[in-house]
Amino acid sequence: MSFRARHLLGIEHLAPDEITTLLDLADSYAALNRSDSKHSDALAGLTQINMFFEASTRTQASFELAGKRLGADVMNMHMQATSLKKGETLIDTALTLNAMHPDLLVVRHPHSGAVSLLSQKVNCAVLNAGDGRHEHPTQALLDALTIRRAKGRLHRLTVAICGDIAHSRVARSNIHLLGKMENRVRLVGPPTLLPSQAAEWGVEVYTDMVEGLKDADVVMMLRLQKERMDGAFIPSEREYFHRFGLDAEKLGHAKPDAIVMHPGPMNRGVEIDGTIADDINRSVIQDQVEMGVAVRMAAMDLLARNLKAAKAEEGVLV
Amino acid sequence: MTPLLFKNARLIDPEKGTDTVGTLAVAEGRIAGAMGLDGATVIDCAGKCLAPGIVDIGVKVSEPGERHKESFRSAGEAAARGGVTTIVTRPDTLPAIDTPEVLEFVRRRANEAAPVNVLPMAALTRGREGREMAEIGFLLDAGAVAFTDCDNVVSNTKVFSRCLTYAASLGALVVAHPQEPVLSQGAAATSGKFAALKGLPAVSPMAERMGLDRDIAVVEMTGARYHADQITTARALRRLERAKEMDLDLTAGVSIHHLTLNELDVGDYRTFFKVKPPLRSEDDRLSTVEAVASGLIDVISSMHTPQDEESKRLPFEEAASGAIGLETMLPALMRLVHAEHLDLPTLWRALSLNPAKRLGLEAGRLNPGAPADLVLFDPDAPFVLDRFTLASKSKNTPFDEARMQGRVLGTWVSGQRVHGAH
Repeated sequence: MSFRARHLLGIEHLAPDEITTLLDLADSYAALNRSDSKHSDALAGLTQINMFFEASTRTQASFELAGKRLGADVMNMHMQATSLKKGETLIDTALTLNAMHPDLLVVRHPHSGAVSLLSQKVNCAVLNAGDGRHEHPTQALLDALTIRRAKGRLHRLTVAICGDIAHSRVARSNIHLLGKMENRVRLVGPPTLLPSQAAEWGVEVYTDMVEGLKDADVVMMLRLQKERMDGAFIPSEREYFHRFGLDAEKLGHAKPDAIVMHPGPMNRGVEIDGTIADDINRSVIQDQVEMGVAVRMAAMDLLARNLKAAKAEEGVLV
Repeated sequence: MTPLLFKNARLIDPEKGTDTVGTLAVAEGRIAGAMGLDGATVIDCAGKCLAPGIVDIGVKVSEPGERHKESFRSAGEAAARGGVTTIVTRPDTLPAIDTPEVLEFVRRRANEAAPVNVLPMAALTRGREGREMAEIGFLLDAGAVAFTDCDNVVSNTKVFSRCLTYAASLGALVVAHPQEPVLSQGAAATSGKFAALKGLPAVSPMAERMGLDRDIAVVEMTGARYHADQITTARALRRLERAKEMDLDLTAGVSIHHLTLNELDVGDYRTFFKVKPPLRSEDDRLSTVEAVASGLIDVISSMHTPQDEESKRLPFEEAASGAIGLETMLPALMRLVHAEHLDLPTLWRALSLNPAKRLGLEAGRLNPGAPADLVLFDPDAPFVLDRFTLASKSKNTPFDEARMQGRVLGTWVSGQRVHGAH
């Protein structure tokens, strides 16, 4: 098996063969999820704790369902409501939970690097469910699986990632992943929402949707992250929709069979026209949600296997 | 006091710009020239370097308020071990050093506890809040050597210009932190590829130039004596050069960290590398090294900022800024010497001579009559730094586990040995 990581903290440090291994396994879980009996015992007897320091409905539900379908005992903790208010530090919280012997820790945190910091202090496998503006690896993996299933391949595609790149961890993880798998990545957005020197990332940068979408195979829209903005980045939502929102006219410049993606939750009429989002011939947004559960099952399964192997090895050494 | 005779020493003389083997005599706590003295204790330096002790402008000792982070005793010990014979302390304490009474407390504590010279700076505005002028006259009388709000930029230019006008009339030195405060608000890194990939809130290096531009204009307007605490970008250096051509009373410093590290050293969110201003690109780092070599940057500081483990063991954005440096500045700077960017006399011009001159001190040089504040060091001795061996109460050094060269063998303050033994 070629998936060697102990934690899933980001895409940056994964190798292409690790990504392929994970997606192959996720494909089989996608089949399981469509069958009558949606259950496996891959994580039976293991404990999974979901720690969300930032509100989330979709990602947390997806992780919870993934764990339950694999037979793990799943606990959800809404951290923004509890220990932080009592002044406990992130590391103390991690140590407290670590003492309860979880096997998988799923963490979302508003600050970049926080999940990596936490992973250094615990014995279990840690999955990053989004840290600040840094990475959101399972989102990039589910996007990759969705693309692979829709397009039949995950290489030599032109992918336009559009919108609020600067505040988006989804964009960063996708740029890493799509680059590793040898795709052509374009970033499209207003200059205030593009990171400085994005061109140095080995991507093409556009500030015009028509140019950026030209002949694209995949159009990936990002949510306008209003909660991460600390000032005026765009004049108004209506001007943003006019210039950068995805509508039929702009999509017309992409390839005729181009697919439309969105990590959700959508701001309809801000970054995407509702009719495009609902067009079953173009939009794969619902497939993304479906693949999310499969990818998370695969990621937790692989990490649990590596954890078991590591423990067995330590046992030998003792 | 028995006279001392340092024999067989590589004398690093920043005033003459020389590095020659010779003898140095010390009597009555002062340098007495190369003459042999009757009954002198002979110290054989075995060809190692003897230089004026470092004068370090901008050291944070966390007294009053946070003595668990650093006290005058621990900072003084760290300084002695690092070859720093004069520490010029910052007023960013709790409370701020903004009244003669607090300054008096600091001076008393420093005299009791620290084995090296301690000269306090005082706040430029009350509470370092940038609204009302501190009692600059009283503070000057009480022994403040300079006035600074540290990294709190006085953003109200009217207040800042009045402070500088008032300070100018008293001949007081103002130390400022050139930075556009709104642009840099909330930033934890310098904007660029690295910060963007790591998803860290970042500030354009241009913010430093903007801050310096404003300060230069206010200095031109008021005629104040001005020192920029840290210039860390090539863009700001070009402005500094122009300002110096205008014959303003203006000098600039840089920290050891900006001279020896760059933004990539942060790596996987290592908070010991979080400093203010944030670490810069490699191009900017090389520009600052060049500026020290040419003399455009006058002063090198450790910008010693103790932070306890709790304030650093946090996600990068939340973690406190600052690094300790008193004990590590000499070996860190030896990297620049071994890389042949700087020679020792040039380095010591920025470490002892220029800061002493700027503060009107007699120290910082080797000529007869100067105070015998000296450091004896081996520039080549290799070691691996273990932060837990450092004297500072706080251990937040970015050089933990780094391979270093350069060891301090002895430190003397007014002819008294405060570190090392034969």
